[in-house]
Amino acid sequence: MLRKLFPHPWLTLTLVLVWVALANTISLGGIVMGLILGIVIPAITAAYWPDSPRIRAPLKIVEFVLIVLWDIVKSNFIVARIVLFMPRDKLRPAWIVVPLDLRQPEAITVLAGTITMTPGTVSADVSADGRSLLVHCLHAPDSAGVVADIKARYESRLKEIFA
Amino acid sequence: MTDTMMLLMEILVSGLLVLAGVFGLVGSLGLLKLPDLMTRLHAPTKATTLGVGGALIASMLYFGVFMDQFSFHELMITLFLFLTAPISANLIAKAHVLREEQPEKLPPTGAACGWATFDETADPSRPPEA
Repeated sequence: MLRKLFPHPWLTLTLVLVWVALANTISLGGIVMGLILGIVIPAITAAYWPDSPRIRAPLKIVEFVLIVLWDIVKSNFIVARIVLFMPRDKLRPAWIVVPLDLRQPEAITVLAGTITMTPGTVSADVSADGRSLLVHCLHAPDSAGVVADIKARYESRLKEIFA
Repeated sequence: MTDTMMLLMEILVSGLLVLAGVFGLVGSLGLLKLPDLMTRLHAPTKATTLGVGGALIASMLYFGVFMDQFSFHELMITLFLFLTAPISANLIAKAHVLREEQPEKLPPTGAACGWATFDETADPSRPPEA
């Protein structure tokens, strides 16, 4: 019964928290409304969530988010410097391929989003078998280094978070 | 709160607002200056996040410290921004790949299938397109 009502307990919890934060006051009515949304939304979007992501190490998420936030700040400065000071003929944009060790679709989605938000890289496509990502680099004189960096910094941490 | 601390907070809030403005400007300048669509995509997805982020942190500090009303809305805007920016960038990149790039010109996937934009089934019996 409980399983049926809350097929994705984390999604329900997130929806309640987001609703309360949007209302900007903590009231009983807000929490009830949030709970209603937290039950209805997972139910009507169930078709897109065939199996729930298995999270093994929830505490590692905090570390991952902090690292990504720091990298976003860094990437802003790097991209700003490239935009402002680098002559256009010195710019070396390149496509790179990141082979994936992650298999869960949710984990790959998080990795692709992270790549887009961080230094000079935008993820553009995934291979049809879901085993590699196509990433565009704004300025990549050393593309093998970029791949190694992504795998060591983000993918290894996501592998620990998702079981 | 003492006067010195108020002054420090005011300087911090102003500094964040100036930083936000500078990064918003750089992001827009990048759109103008960079040579093609894929490189242009880098400017608004990055430089602007710090632009918007700086303004949001400044707003949170201002209302929390000077107006005594802490608001969750800035956190929610940050959350939605971080959820939507990569997805819209990915959609633009995919549309560009589909319309402007030849599958042969992209790097190979390293497997017997193409990129999902061109080869959506991953049927192993079909030869790879790239």
